[in-house]
Amino acid sequence: MHLLRLNFAVAVSGFRRYATYRVATAAGVFTNTVFGFILAYTFIALWHERPHLGGYDQSQALTFVWIGQAMLASVAVMGGGFQDEFSERIRNGDVAIDLYRPVDLQLWWLAADLGRAAFQLLGRGVVPLAVGALAFDLALPASPGSWLLFLLAVLLALVVSFALRYLVALCGFWLLDATGLNALSTLLSLFFSGMLLPLTVFPGAFGETARLLPWSATLQVPADVLLGAQPGGAAAGLAFQTGWALVLLAAGRALQTVATRKVVVQGG
Amino acid sequence: MADEGGEFIDVQDLTKTFTVRRRTGLLRRTAEEVRAVDGISFTLRRGEMAGFIGPNGAGKSTTIKMLTGILTPSGGRLRVAGVDPWRERTRLVRRIGVVFGQRTTLWWDLPLRDSYGLVRRMYRVPQARFEENLARCVELLELGDLLDVPVRQLSLGQRMRGDITAALLHDPDVLYLDEPTIGLDVVSKARVREFLRTLNAERGTTVLLTTHDLSDIEQLCKRVVVIDHGRLMYDGPLAGLHEVGRGERTLVVDLERELPPIEGLTGARTVRTEGPRQWLAFPASASAAPLVSRLAAEYPLVDLSIREPDIEDVIARMYAR
Repeated sequence: MHLLRLNFAVAVSGFRRYATYRVATAAGVFTNTVFGFILAYTFIALWHERPHLGGYDQSQALTFVWIGQAMLASVAVMGGGFQDEFSERIRNGDVAIDLYRPVDLQLWWLAADLGRAAFQLLGRGVVPLAVGALAFDLALPASPGSWLLFLLAVLLALVVSFALRYLVALCGFWLLDATGLNALSTLLSLFFSGMLLPLTVFPGAFGETARLLPWSATLQVPADVLLGAQPGGAAAGLAFQTGWALVLLAAGRALQTVATRKVVVQGG
Repeated sequence: MADEGGEFIDVQDLTKTFTVRRRTGLLRRTAEEVRAVDGISFTLRRGEMAGFIGPNGAGKSTTIKMLTGILTPSGGRLRVAGVDPWRERTRLVRRIGVVFGQRTTLWWDLPLRDSYGLVRRMYRVPQARFEENLARCVELLELGDLLDVPVRQLSLGQRMRGDITAALLHDPDVLYLDEPTIGLDVVSKARVREFLRTLNAERGTTVLLTTHDLSDIEQLCKRVVVIDHGRLMYDGPLAGLHEVGRGERTLVVDLERELPPIEGLTGARTVRTEGPRQWLAFPASASAAPLVSRLAAEYPLVDLSIREPDIEDVIARMYAR
């Protein structure tokens, strides 16, 4: 109970911290909307040439674009969020201060990042999706049940994204400069989440593999859950996400133990 | 409890060695052992306030890190409140407060009030106790107008006071302060010192203070522990440190015009001249008053000031002995 209250308070503070930057939020909404239009017209051209590419019709493909734009900041497809701050704390040694706190490091950052994500889902997600829905014919579901499942999938996507970025950030304990790794992880995330093109359009073994990697849990799966296009149904998608979330969180916990021991024994 | 009445902090023959890898060739690296802390022993009673000083790289921070449990000792024995800090870090953190002059435990984008709310939840401080402690810090550190200001907008001195408050909301038994007055102006320094004095007197909080500023120690601590190169150099009253180090104060004298070096003043010698300005060294234990009155009587004096010895000087002289 105490743990829940603490982490809720941490999440609320994460939400508030991002809510203070209003101009940045407005600029982000603008960028997402412009990016959405560019991708939407690209997809229209593509689906005009190859109807039913990846099993989507054109309006499903456009929905995919705008869902992606709505989730981009929240799921931190391009990295960022807590990751920048945590990496910086590891680099400059402030992470030692975190060890003075009677709290679990991973849970703390997860709560903070979920707070941030909640703000960015509202602040940077709703407007681009609404603009997309007004400008294009989107295949958004009418039943509240589908939206509820979608929100659950988004929550799991946030946890998977957090767990991936937590692992990347922890590598900073060993790499003095994590810039290269960050660039690589952003690139992988951008492509394998389905942000550039839905993963369903890739054929063969490459497509199979891409759809099994954890990044697909961050965007492809939630979008498919909303579109009702998830193979095996929404439950299969949510189970896939839960599996990756647990595996990656456990890996983060193990790496955190090793990293803490390194700091504690070697002084960072 | 094991620590009641006895030694609150007990350090015996504490050692920490680091392995430093050095590049010695294109691909070759050699590992080298560095003894950052080399057999230090001292004890601190509950409610004691001690200065912990030494030049850069002396091993102060390493020792503090071991005392707070975020670094494992390589050897020796270490107990804080009867507990092995490293093995029982999570239990001990609730009983200690840590303040770093150069780092902040506050959240950059949040107002102080919100940061304190998080601290309250982290340490599970009961609401009434929290409000009492906060009100006290706010009053003594004059934080009233600052509670709703985001930390990033605070000045260094304000932030420092905010950090000290954050470290005390959970009523720690011991407070570690690492350079708490670094970069602060005179007014802020005075306020922080006054607060620490009150805290120690009223709450009996044990305080270990690391600083470069000897005047911090002079105003706050009866006792000072000096380390250098990982070894204990001195442990005792501050006055004794000056004797051991044969500390010297410097009288900076501005004369009306350029004169040959001042001579013939008992107990003082001219160490430097630059135009009409001269520097006279005299023992830190001696009074400056007779010296000043003789100077004023015999020389065309325009202005003068006294410089206290700094810690590097004192330690350098301890070596010179």
